[in-house]
Amino acid sequence: MSAILEVKNITKIFPKVVANDNVNLMVEKGEIHAILGENGAGKSTLMNIIYGLYKPDSGTLIFDGEELNLSGPHEAIEKGIGMVHQHFMLIPVLTVAENIVLGAEPEGITYDKKKANDLIREISQKYHLEIDPEAKVKDLPVGLQQRVEILKAFYRKAKLLILDEPTAMLTPQETEKLFEIMRELKKQGMSIIFISHKLEEVLEISDRVTVMRRGKAVGTLKTKETNEQELANLMVGREVVLRIEKSEYKPGGVVLKVNDLNVVDQQGVARVKDVNFEIREGEIFGLAGVDGNGQLELVEAIMGLRPKKSGTILFYGKDVTNFSTRQLYREGISYIPQDRQTDGLVLDFTVAENLILREYKDSTYSRYGVIQYKKVYENAEKKVKEFDIRPPEYMLKARNLSGGNQQKVILAREVGYNPKLLIAVQPTRGMDVGAIEYIHKRILELRDKGAAILLVSLELEEIMSLSDRIGVIYKGQLMDILDGKTAAKEQIGLLMAGSRFDKTTLEAR
Amino acid sequence: MKSILKELYIPVVAVLIAIIIGSIIMMVTGFNPVIAYISLFLGAFGNVNNIANTLAAAVPLILTGLGVAISFKAGLFNIGAEGQYWIGAIVGVWIGYSFTGLPWYIHIPFALVAAMIAGGLWAGLIPGLAKAYTGANEVITTMMMSYIAIYFSHFLLEFGPMMDKSGTIPQSPVINDSAVIPFLIRNTQLSYGIFIALVAAIFVYWLMFKTTWGFEMRAVGYNQKAARYAGMNVPLNMVLSLGLSGAFAGLAGAVQMLGVQHRLYDSFTSGYGYTAIVVALLANNNPIGVIFAAILFAALGTGSQYMQLNAQVPGQMADVITGLIVFFVAAYRIAEVIKDRLAKRQKKEVKA
Repeated sequence: MSAILEVKNITKIFPKVVANDNVNLMVEKGEIHAILGENGAGKSTLMNIIYGLYKPDSGTLIFDGEELNLSGPHEAIEKGIGMVHQHFMLIPVLTVAENIVLGAEPEGITYDKKKANDLIREISQKYHLEIDPEAKVKDLPVGLQQRVEILKAFYRKAKLLILDEPTAMLTPQETEKLFEIMRELKKQGMSIIFISHKLEEVLEISDRVTVMRRGKAVGTLKTKETNEQELANLMVGREVVLRIEKSEYKPGGVVLKVNDLNVVDQQGVARVKDVNFEIREGEIFGLAGVDGNGQLELVEAIMGLRPKKSGTILFYGKDVTNFSTRQLYREGISYIPQDRQTDGLVLDFTVAENLILREYKDSTYSRYGVIQYKKVYENAEKKVKEFDIRPPEYMLKARNLSGGNQQKVILAREVGYNPKLLIAVQPTRGMDVGAIEYIHKRILELRDKGAAILLVSLELEEIMSLSDRIGVIYKGQLMDILDGKTAAKEQIGLLMAGSRFDKTTLEAR
Repeated sequence: MKSILKELYIPVVAVLIAIIIGSIIMMVTGFNPVIAYISLFLGAFGNVNNIANTLAAAVPLILTGLGVAISFKAGLFNIGAEGQYWIGAIVGVWIGYSFTGLPWYIHIPFALVAAMIAGGLWAGLIPGLAKAYTGANEVITTMMMSYIAIYFSHFLLEFGPMMDKSGTIPQSPVINDSAVIPFLIRNTQLSYGIFIALVAAIFVYWLMFKTTWGFEMRAVGYNQKAARYAGMNVPLNMVLSLGLSGAFAGLAGAVQMLGVQHRLYDSFTSGYGYTAIVVALLANNNPIGVIFAAILFAALGTGSQYMQLNAQVPGQMADVITGLIVFFVAAYRIAEVIKDRLAKRQKKEVKA
């Protein structure tokens, strides 16, 4: 086998950060090569260099036997490098064919619709990527939109396809379908770079895997000869506990009870429809679902951040339906919101101030409306130590902390006061293996102390490994509630896509 | 300590660059910048009287500047300090001349507090409520309320209920002696009002940085969403911080009336409410910084006359320097924003 792409000693330095440190990589013709690494390991930087978005500070790229000196993505495309970004770059109101040929239309000035459609049909047949060229992109499910992106690359005659976190937005079934496509493409001799931070996906689909850590390529392994543990250790740089040790499930009394909850948004569209569930002491209730299916609206309605159309919320039997957010906090409910930077923290406040963002009015921290900063700093010092927030300087603005440490500040604030109920929305989003391990440990500790936990996450893995019971939400409806121990991934996946009888899933398969 | 230096760095550099560019302009137009700056300085601080007049000019700037700084810190752009100043002045003067027989220690606080309430309502009631509950842009509403306040004063003074009946000049009667804030130094404009301004600055600092209310205002100002998620009442905070902002602008009007003018003259603008925006900007909304920024702009004003006399440099030169300072402070902030954006973008890119 010969190499399609050789990356030699690539270094890219950003102010304060060495994003790529003397990276070497060789992708062979017809292989699926995974790039595995935590957030900030330099995967995207490397891909952006290969795709011509960045110029490396030093090092060379050899593509198909020819040294590349790219001035921009257009040149990379010309040479035969195609990239599918994590966030699709499609125009929703245009048809599939229009999106694919956009910028490289088959004939001169006028757009020949029929010819474009025929061309796309031809390509999609060749690569077994069935799609209707005349469908509007906005009407397609995510999995098919991704297919459009892939076709875009082939239409431009890609010889190497880079997939940047392609499974991030997909349901398990869509992921499986994507993998089938990738295998099929491989059979036809296509070379694929698959970027991911999910170990099992890498193990399932790739031939070889290169692990990146802190800007360095720390090793290239044959997938067959490695395992999850080895990859995780390489990724983090130390021994990692992969399997979460969960103590026995001993549910107590009902903490939260949601009855027939309905929520409509400002446009009057129903976002949450007749949702019923309860969470008990010592229980983690996981809410699974594809992004945008009403999870956020459900949680915000419970937290008093969004008006409810109908329904009741009971907390330890007490009706808290119309409580304000602050009243709910005072009842002993904690909330880790979805976006730490826009919802969870005041970035221009110090860590110490962020740690009392909710409690500043409590008698512990203020007297007659005057904040007792001595107490605030004592608390901060304790929390910084307890939650291992780095750097351990509580006078630093939250803005200057890394994402993982910002999340720890929120965690310290929300978990540190031993809440009776914790609502955590994507508590580990965008965090690396080490930090995820830590946050999961904290959440489990809370459960073992007898608290109830509502865990909302888009990561099915996370839901499945932590939850005692799993609710699946689809278009605002709670499809089913499953036992966390026995629930199968396929089963949840189908529910996430609105059950097996739904048309869109059939089309996607 | 380090953070104080860091905060000082921007305005000081901005002022220095403005001075340098000012010299270049003077040299090009055929003036000697050294003589010009020396006379500017002497005019502002050359003797006790000049210092007193500079400080006197700083008083209304400190108070309106505080008002604007409060709103900026709370994430709201109160552009209408000028109008709130006028409302404060009207109420202060009216109480000053219409109540008789009160001892000074009741009359003065009465006038000042009433002016603060009036200024606070002027900003908080309509612009504040409109912003909080309908999202109406406070830049527009406070500005419009400014015009209403100024035209309202015309109505009152030009043959209206507040006009001094003993003459035909559109001005109010003189306030009673019991309402006069006495002068601190004879034959200057400096009254005890300077102490009111200094105490106000310290009070605002304490309020913003040491109290729960200040904590809320700053949290809402920096990140409304996070404040709401933390259980704070965001709309209420908007109304209150705009109200507080207006209260200090109103206080400025009353202090100026009771301490310096002693009556209200018909005019189109005092100018303080607008300079206040610049003062707050240069001070980076720090209440203590407002004192120094206000003194600087006051000095440019008082010194410019002396500069015109002694160095024959037109007084407008001081305005040019003021403009340059504003430009460079603003430019620095813009540069910061751009730097932030770039840093964020790079961070994103580094993320794999």
